[in-house]
Parts: sequence; structure tokens; C-alpha cells
Amino acid sequence: MEKTKITASLKKYTMVIALILVVAFFYWSTEGKILYAQNLNNLISQNAYVFVLATGMLLCILTGGNIDLSVGSVVCFVGGIGAVIMDKDMNCWLAVIVMLVVGLLVGMFQGFWIAYVKVPPFIATLAGMYAFRGLSNVVLQGYTVSVSDITFLNVFGGGADCYVPDFLGGENLNMTCLAAGILIAAVYILMTVRGRIRKKTKGYATEPFAGEMIKTVLVSVIILWLFYKLANYKGIPSALIWIAVVLLAYAYITSKTTMGRYLYAVGGNEKATRLSGVNTKKVYFFAYANMGLLSGLAGILTIARATSAQPTYGQGYEMDAIAACFIGGASAYGGVGSVMGMVVGATLMGVINQGMSIMGMEANYQKVVKGLVLLIAIIFDVMSKKEKK
Amino acid sequence: MAKVLLEMKNITKTFPGVKALDNVNLKVEEGEIHALVGENGAGKSTLMNVLSGIYPYGTYEGDIVYNGEICKFNKIKDSEEKGIVIIHQELALVPYMSIGENMFLGNEQGKKNAIDWDKTYAEADKYLKMVGLSESSKVLVKEIGTGKQQLVEIAKALAKHAKLLILDEPTSSLNETDSKALLDLMLEFKKQGMTMIIITHKLNEVAYVADKITVVRDGSTIETMDKRTTEISEDRIIQGMVGRELTNRFPKRENVKIGDVNMEVKDWTVYHPLYPERKVVDHVSMNVRKGEVVGIYGLMGAGRTELAMSIFGQSYGTGITGTLKLNGKEVTLKNPKEAIRNKLAYVTEDRKGNGLVLTNPIKINTTLANLDSISKNKVIDKDKEYQVAEEYRQKLRTKCPSVEQNVGNLSGGNQQKVLLAKWMFTEPDVLILDEPTRGIDVGAKYEIYCIINDLVAAGKSVVMISSELPEVLGMSDRIYIMNAAKIVGELDAQDATQEIIMANILKSGKGE
Repeated sequence: MEKTKITASLKKYTMVIALILVVAFFYWSTEGKILYAQNLNNLISQNAYVFVLATGMLLCILTGGNIDLSVGSVVCFVGGIGAVIMDKDMNCWLAVIVMLVVGLLVGMFQGFWIAYVKVPPFIATLAGMYAFRGLSNVVLQGYTVSVSDITFLNVFGGGADCYVPDFLGGENLNMTCLAAGILIAAVYILMTVRGRIRKKTKGYATEPFAGEMIKTVLVSVIILWLFYKLANYKGIPSALIWIAVVLLAYAYITSKTTMGRYLYAVGGNEKATRLSGVNTKKVYFFAYANMGLLSGLAGILTIARATSAQPTYGQGYEMDAIAACFIGGASAYGGVGSVMGMVVGATLMGVINQGMSIMGMEANYQKVVKGLVLLIAIIFDVMSKKEKK
Repeated sequence: MAKVLLEMKNITKTFPGVKALDNVNLKVEEGEIHALVGENGAGKSTLMNVLSGIYPYGTYEGDIVYNGEICKFNKIKDSEEKGIVIIHQELALVPYMSIGENMFLGNEQGKKNAIDWDKTYAEADKYLKMVGLSESSKVLVKEIGTGKQQLVEIAKALAKHAKLLILDEPTSSLNETDSKALLDLMLEFKKQGMTMIIITHKLNEVAYVADKITVVRDGSTIETMDKRTTEISEDRIIQGMVGRELTNRFPKRENVKIGDVNMEVKDWTVYHPLYPERKVVDHVSMNVRKGEVVGIYGLMGAGRTELAMSIFGQSYGTGITGTLKLNGKEVTLKNPKEAIRNKLAYVTEDRKGNGLVLTNPIKINTTLANLDSISKNKVIDKDKEYQVAEEYRQKLRTKCPSVEQNVGNLSGGNQQKVLLAKWMFTEPDVLILDEPTRGIDVGAKYEIYCIINDLVAAGKSVVMISSELPEVLGMSDRIYIMNAAKIVGELDAQDATQEIIMANILKSGKGE
């Protein structure tokens, strides 16, 4: 009994364990450089777009393994529009709103064909991938447009000074960052305890006490450690705030709301969901329109990080997002997957990327390794499912 | 006594944690039709999988003696070489390939890397003739109906030089006419000396074709009866299958008051969604009262499911005309959501395909059709959800470790209960149950009948669609008979007998 429990939890946390092993490997092979404060900081800032896009992609994948190939082009298109607006010295918040609205409109446009006209998502978004890449070139007229609006860069994490200012005025340590870390860990622990008490009093099944305690302690330690590290450097990168907002919002949407429930149900059995009185077309439309909105946000983060917009930006972003979801345990048939899983998947890809860069591995081989990691993750998934039968 | 062709001796097969077969013995004589009957999960299919080599030699205990020698099959090909061919329950044909291509798939004619198409089609035509199919072997499989597809499967088996043909529920997807034709074909083959094993749920088929009957229960062979020497009644077979005498297969309904008309359909006509010139429901009028169980009996393809689904928020068909009155008020239901809001529920016949999300737990399936009632501002109250699921689990006595269990892991009977729970939770006034006991065993059937009785006792109306005559007769207050898209008769349950119902269908003329 104990043994089966352990193997079950091992299976549940396979990717977390894989992540720990990968970090350990790079810690060893880069002589600890991978965990330098600056590298952790870069890991977050560089991968902000992956987290945001993978969140949107997860919703599409949940509806039945459907993917959106156009996100890379949409990121570039939206970014281009924003850069041009700011280049004309208009208000940066206007640019932000325009970018989000354009992203949403693009998503609604594609979602309409997919949901209401039944164009297969692969084809509808492949068309989008070509079209919006072309339009990005048109918007930017083939040139690089630089972004220099300071407010914009600070808020969305570009340039050198894109950190949450230290209100508490620490000297060597960024006190705001440290305080934030402590606060987050405290809230996390409080919520876990409260949830457990609530479940107990209502007589629901709870996770084994030891397991949940180990998990809570580990997660809290990691949070504290991460913020301590960041405090040692320049504090909280502003990109982290955007990542956190998106992840928390969508973790909530997918697990607690009716729309979240419908996403899973449609992916699990579309016909049954339709006969249960759910407007399944609306569910598809929501997934793709939302993908557009998040592509808009990713576009903002991308041009802020690069402080410019170029017609080649965003290439391959869709693949990073898709890979993060699948590595994070989303099913290629839909109906299975979670935001937390996706976060682990995206982090795993990010760590591998960065580790290889620090090791000075050639870019071409880096791609080979990434491909193999994706393949191995899926093989693992398929094998573990087979065993169950 | 005829020669024994096949003998399976003391076969025991264990899966991790389950003993699927326990000392099974089966003896089949040359030239006989041997029926294998038993409840779902009794082990019939496992036994046949052992025989055909799907479970290779060494993974089971016991011996297979075929034609006097002990066989050690490692794969299906091995058993097929000996002439043992299984036709599985689900048709395994590729729709976009021709009949001929399908028949020789994996058994291609000609040289190693070059298929001889002339030979393929000539051979195929030869075997099609043997099964009495006039279709050319170049026709695509998707162009022919399921009845003919089943014949193609048999022709395919013959092309493998079958000596022992095993048919696993061969008529489960066929209508009455096609079933009869298939059974007659089996009798014809018997005359030519073929040996056959038929696995079936339908006892009338057993009575029609079988020479011997072996009953399997809980992984063991209970008994073998020889129909040629003794008279065997259906009740006798059922008794063997369930291990007890079912004196009453249908629970009694007492003191249920039948009230006003709850749902009324008038002149309901529906056309096929893909072939809009084809009428699938033709001017149907019917009603159901409060506290009443109305049975709709008809053969497959009579238009029963189409009628039900078109009523349930137009979820099937085009060009729907006619009026629908619920509780005396005329309503137009444009989609399932409106149907649910108007207290109508449709429990599908296809629980895996149209009913449940198998990858999700019981609690999520239970609440899916009425999520709004447990959520506030589109946010789900998970406590309430758990309570609701738990309540229905206890009420319907669903067997499961907890409501967090994925529905895909449950048995058919328990899945059906979850499906019922889901629709009961929408608090309907009228429930349309489409084949509510299909593919579940006798014990679970009884429990479903009890649930139906509870529903009408609470003043609901139940429309029960079924193609099992005893069930319709045993459960209904009133019976509509449907054939070829029309209602061809209406009977009070007290007056109805199997003969009268069948006569009604036959009188209405042979349906297309």
C-alpha cells in the first residue's frame, strides 16, 4: 500500500523531479553559475513571453489538442504596431491598450473561423501565421523601430532599470523584494492550512498529512530562496509581476470557473458537453480569442525586453509555448492539463536553454537537445499511461 | 458422437489483481454451432482472446487442444493459420478502402511486394458470393450498410480458410432483418460442415441457431447444455447466467398516480441532417403523463433516437416541424440549454460517445449539465459540487471508491448511474431514457429499473426507448410502437404481448 502510494506520487511529480535533476545537472556542469542571482533574474525576464503564451496555448490544447500556430506572428504584428505608435511620441498607455485590443481582435477573428465555421484550427492559424508575419513587415515597413518610452520599458521589463523600486530602502539587499517573498510564502502556507482545515471540517478526502507538509515546506523554501536571490541582485524584475498576474488569473479561471470547466469538458467529450446544454462553439471561440489577447501581452513584453520591434521577432514562439504545455503534462488529445504543470514545463525548457547557453553550447545543438527533451517527455507520458492499463 | 474439434482444458488467466478466467473448460464438436452466453464481464471475450492468441501461450494456464494437438499460439496469425478466425464485435473495416482491399488487408494476394489486384478482386468476389452479397468487391466499405459490412467481415474470415469461426456479438449493430439473414447464413455454413462459436446476449438468437450452450459466469464455465437432446427455456439460461432464479426481473411499481399530460408532441417531422430529403421522423404524435412510464419500442433505425434528440433542443436533424407542449404550454426549444431550462432531459443511448466525459471524475460529470446551479457569477462552488455528487452516489448506489474517481474507470452499469445522476440533477419533469440498460448486466439493470420507479413515484414522466421487448413490456404503463419513422401503434401495457407488438410492426409493412 505504502509502495503504491509512493509510486503514484512519483508519477504525479515526474516533471518536477525531472526539473530538479536538470537543475542539479547544470549546477554541476556550470560550476554553480546557473543559480547566480543574475542568471535567475534573466531566466525570468527572458522567458516571460513563454509563460504568457503557454498559458493561452494551454486553453486551446485543453479544448481537444488544438494548437495556435499564429502566435509568433501575432506577437510580432502587435509589437510592431505598438512600437510605431510610441515612435510617433504618443502616450505609451494608449499604445498598450491598442496592442491588447488588436491582439484580442486577431484572436476573435481566428476564433470565429474555428468555432463558427469549423475551419480546422491547425489550418486557420497556419493561415494566420503567414498573414500576420506579412502584416508585421508592412507595419514596420521592413525596418527596426526602437522603443524608448521610459515608462513603458520600466513597467514591462525592458532595458536596464526594469525592477520594482525598493520602497523600503535596503542597502545591499533589496528589502521590498525580500518582504514580498516572505509575504508570498506566508500567504501560501496560510492558504494551504486553511484549505486543509476546511476540507477536514467538511469531511472531504485530504492528501496525506506528511506529503502535503513536505510539499508546503518545499514550495515555501523555494519561494523564499528565489526572492532572497533576486534581492541580492536588483530586486523583483517587472516581468515577474506580469507572469504572476497571468498565471494566477488563469489558474483560477481553469480550476474554479464554469468556463474553465467547459474547456476541459469539450476536450474530453465534445458531443456529451454539447448535449449537456453547453454552447461548445463559444468555448472554442473563448479559447482562441483569449489566445489573441495573451499574444498581445506577449508582444508588449517582447518589444519591451528588446527595446525595439523587428519584422523577425516572435519566430518559433508558438513552438516554445506548445512544447511547454506538452512537457507540462497536457494531453495531445485535449481535456487534460493544468497551469501548474505548464509552469513546470516552461521552466524546464527555460532552464535547459539557459544552462546550455552558459555552458557555451553551440546554438544548433541546443535545438537538438530541446527537441529530444520534448520527445522524451511525451514518450514518458505515453508509457506511464500504458502501464495503468 | 461427432469428433471434438476444439477442447479448452482448465484455462486460467489472471490479470494483475483479477482472476479473469478460473479453470474454464470448453468442448466444441466439429460441425456444431456452440453458443457462449454470460453476463458482461463474465469472461467470454477473454476466453476467446486466449483461444486466438491475443494473449500468447504462457500468459495463461491450461491447454488448448485443437484437432487433436496441443496449440501454443503466440499471435493471432498463428491461430488463423490453423483456421481459427474471430470476428470481433466492433467492425474492423477501413471505410475508405474497397471491400476487396479490406478483405485481404494483412493477407495481400500476389507476390511479396507487388499486390496482384486482379487476383484480389476475383478472390474477393468469390467469397462475397459465398456469403450471399451481390455487391462488387470494388465498392468502398463506407458505401454499404452495417448489415452488409458484417457480411464482408465474414467473407474476410472465409478468405482466411476458416474452419472454426468465432462470432463475438455479430448482431449487436444490426437490425432485425439483417440479424435474421446473418443467422440463416450461419445455419447454411453449418450444413457445409463449418464449426462456429457465437457469443451473444440475445437469447432468442441462441434458441434459433445454437446446438449447444455453454454458460460462463464470473470467469468459470457453469454448465453446458445440449439443445438437441433437451428442451431449454430462456429462463433456464438466465438462471445459469445470473446464478439465481430471477422470479421478477422488473420491480413492481405501486400506488403511482398517473396525472395530467406533461409532454405532448404533435405532427413531429424531422429530416436527416446530411440527406435533407430523407424523412427520419414522420408526423409523430405522442404524449406522456405525470407519473407515467411510456415505452417506445422499435427496431434499430426506426427513428426513435432521432425523435428523442430532435425533441431535446433540436440536437438532431433539420427541417423540424410540429408542436411540442410541456406542461400544457407550447414551447420552441432551439438548443439543449433551452430544453434543460424547460425541465426536459435526454439520457443518451451512447454513454461513452455522447454522455460522459470519461477523462473527468464522477463529480464533474454529475454537475456538467447544471453547473450554473452550483456556481455564483460563473465561479464554481466546489463544496456544493462535492456534496451534490456524493448525494447522488448514495442515492443511486453507484459503486466507486469516491466521487473523485474518473468515470472511464467505472463499469458500464456504474457509468450508466453517473449518467442518470447527471440528468436527475438538472431536476427535469420529463426524462427521455434512450436504451437505459444497454450493455449492462442483469443485476445493474434491476437497479436502473428501481431508479425509474422512484422517478415516476416522485411525479416525473419517463419516456423509455428500448429495443428489448421484455423490458418495454415489464416497465411501461403505455407503449408506442415505432417503425420506419412513424408511430404505428399505441398499446396499454396490460393488453400488450410480444406477439401483438411484433404483429403491429409487421402489419405496418416492411420498413426501409
